[in-house]
Amino acid sequence: MKTPKEDWLYEIKPKDTLFSLNFKEIWRYRDLLLMFVKRDVVTLYKQTILGPLWYLIQPLFTSVVFTLIFNNVAGIQTGSIPPFLFNLAGVTVWNYFKECLVATSDTFKKNEAIFGKVYFPRVIMPMSIVVSNLLKFGIQLTIFIAFYLYFVFIGNEVRPNVALVFFPVLVLIMGMLGLGLGMIISSMVTKYRDLTFLVQFGVQLLMYFSLVAYPMSLIEQKIPDLAWMVELNPMAHVIEISRFMLLNENNFSLSGIIYTTVISIVVFFVGLVIFNKTEKSFIDTI
Amino acid sequence: MAETILKVENVSKQYRLGTIGTGTISHDLNRWWAKIRGKQDPFLKIGETNDRSSKGNSEYVWALKDINFEVKKGEVLGIIGKNGAGKSTLLKILSQVTSPTTGSIKSRGRIASLLEVGTGFHPEMTGRENIYLNGAILGMTKKEISSKIDEIIAFSGCERYVDTPVKRYSSGMKVRLAFAVAAHLEPDILVVDEVLAVGDAEFQKKAIGKMKDISKQGGRTVLFVSHDMGAIQSLCSRLVVLENGGVGFQGKVQEGINYYLSVKSTFLNLCKSKKGVQVIDFEVRNSKSNIVEVIEVFDPISFNLKLLFENNIPSDLKIEYFINDLFGQPQTTISSWLNSEIITPRENQIELKTNLINGFSLKEGEYSINLRLFTSETIDFEDIYIFNLINTNFTGYKYPLKQQHGRVYTPNNWNIVE
Repeated sequence: MKTPKEDWLYEIKPKDTLFSLNFKEIWRYRDLLLMFVKRDVVTLYKQTILGPLWYLIQPLFTSVVFTLIFNNVAGIQTGSIPPFLFNLAGVTVWNYFKECLVATSDTFKKNEAIFGKVYFPRVIMPMSIVVSNLLKFGIQLTIFIAFYLYFVFIGNEVRPNVALVFFPVLVLIMGMLGLGLGMIISSMVTKYRDLTFLVQFGVQLLMYFSLVAYPMSLIEQKIPDLAWMVELNPMAHVIEISRFMLLNENNFSLSGIIYTTVISIVVFFVGLVIFNKTEKSFIDTI
Repeated sequence: MAETILKVENVSKQYRLGTIGTGTISHDLNRWWAKIRGKQDPFLKIGETNDRSSKGNSEYVWALKDINFEVKKGEVLGIIGKNGAGKSTLLKILSQVTSPTTGSIKSRGRIASLLEVGTGFHPEMTGRENIYLNGAILGMTKKEISSKIDEIIAFSGCERYVDTPVKRYSSGMKVRLAFAVAAHLEPDILVVDEVLAVGDAEFQKKAIGKMKDISKQGGRTVLFVSHDMGAIQSLCSRLVVLENGGVGFQGKVQEGINYYLSVKSTFLNLCKSKKGVQVIDFEVRNSKSNIVEVIEVFDPISFNLKLLFENNIPSDLKIEYFINDLFGQPQTTISSWLNSEIITPRENQIELKTNLINGFSLKEGEYSINLRLFTSETIDFEDIYIFNLINTNFTGYKYPLKQQHGRVYTPNNWNIVE
């Protein structure tokens, strides 16, 4: 009788140090990704009266308040662009990043029960969050477009830049940045809960350094010594560029684009590596 | 000879005890420093065996230590062991939820584990939506699920509720649904942890039947973890007994159960001294004189008690053993006093043997023993022993007692009087 050859389907071993992301496996679980997206979208506003309208109410009200406080009270100028539209663009784009970051940074802790019982490529979970937020972002963009048309109709001089065709690329970069940062944080949260607190108010503070409610030129003019803090923030560039695309607000730097793209790609891959290392044994430390 | 489908080689798993706090980061740094110098992990060397009740010195413990076994294709392997013996850890490693500290598991097939009650179910989604979600979590594609959905719904027996959100389901219905999905998963190796306990008798029977089908007709392998010796006996073809993180026994089912039943107690809650009396030792022996903490119904067992009188020897000693259920309610009492036995110790240390002539006829379950001594005063020792009563032989009864049948077995036979 022949002894069976060592033709094992797979082997479960102690965690290895090398970067090992099994793309084939992720592909095999693509249906699961869609299920999670469906679950997130369908169940979020179940048993509410306004339902998906909540997707719209939140950015609208934020923009109204921002317009009141920053533009009417503090007197920030937005050039020829209506301040409300200026803020709505910033808030919509910022929201996508924020939701991606906050939701993915909780991945391991929130899904402890299911991760503790069954195996599937863990990265499916944060990926599904980014995708379902993309849907939400799409809905919020339509409301932006509606207001856009309204302002055009009442005679404001707003028009998009031709660079708008690159908007999906920008969204991709933003998604990678949010997902990458979220994966890094979620991996560290498994052991040290300190980061949860940091994320909660850190995101809030970061918003003020991300040009959501004011243009880059303003900070260069008012506090030129601290402008570098905003320059270093990739999200500031993303929002500035997106406003350039959507509203033709002509203030952006090529170096800013390159810087943001590089940072996002690096953060994304660092996040993937750390996440992959963590997923093998996080259940012991969480 | 059937092909080996799963091979577990020298698998060990170390855990750190206590809480994670500021001390963790210094250990992490230490470990990382050792790693870049190419040295062995300094904390892997220390660590003690996994014995729940003994107090250890080290912060690290081996939940599993050098586990080795093989599983053949089509086999139903039972895994039993006391609480904390390492069953769940082993299952976690098998289902890739966590990785072993050392060693490896080689597999020729996909492993899927049966989820615990409703894990992965989203309460707001309907039963049907959850079947899709749960199936996908377990590794099925949408197409596979669609082709089996009717079968799954029929097996679960929840047709009426399948378009109702799962949050309205009873826990039994959730288990039915979860098991139905997993049973139609068709993995090469199915891992079943103790999940069936929640279902009712009809469903348990159905589930065990399905597992038999999976292994017999489907040629698939099942790993079955349970404390239910009856289910183990009727389902498994081989048994692995885990003991303090190691393999205590592997082989035939009946021998394995006997081995498991004879594992020495660790529950002995010996009290230093109370009112001048000390309990030195207490043992329960079964009819084969093995020390046990799992007792068969009707097995004529004996208690062995060693007492030390520190001050004066009582002239008249009365002893009572209260057998309490999990809620502390006495179910029966074994008493020298009610039996009007007179015990007169001659020395300051005595050993007393109490024979339970017909054994216990109580319903199976966990019981604890309280000891009460009457010397010149009343002395209580609580929870000196905890044992599990099981009924694998079904002496006098073919099937175990259910909730509604009361708490005591009464052996009987039936004849037509001519």
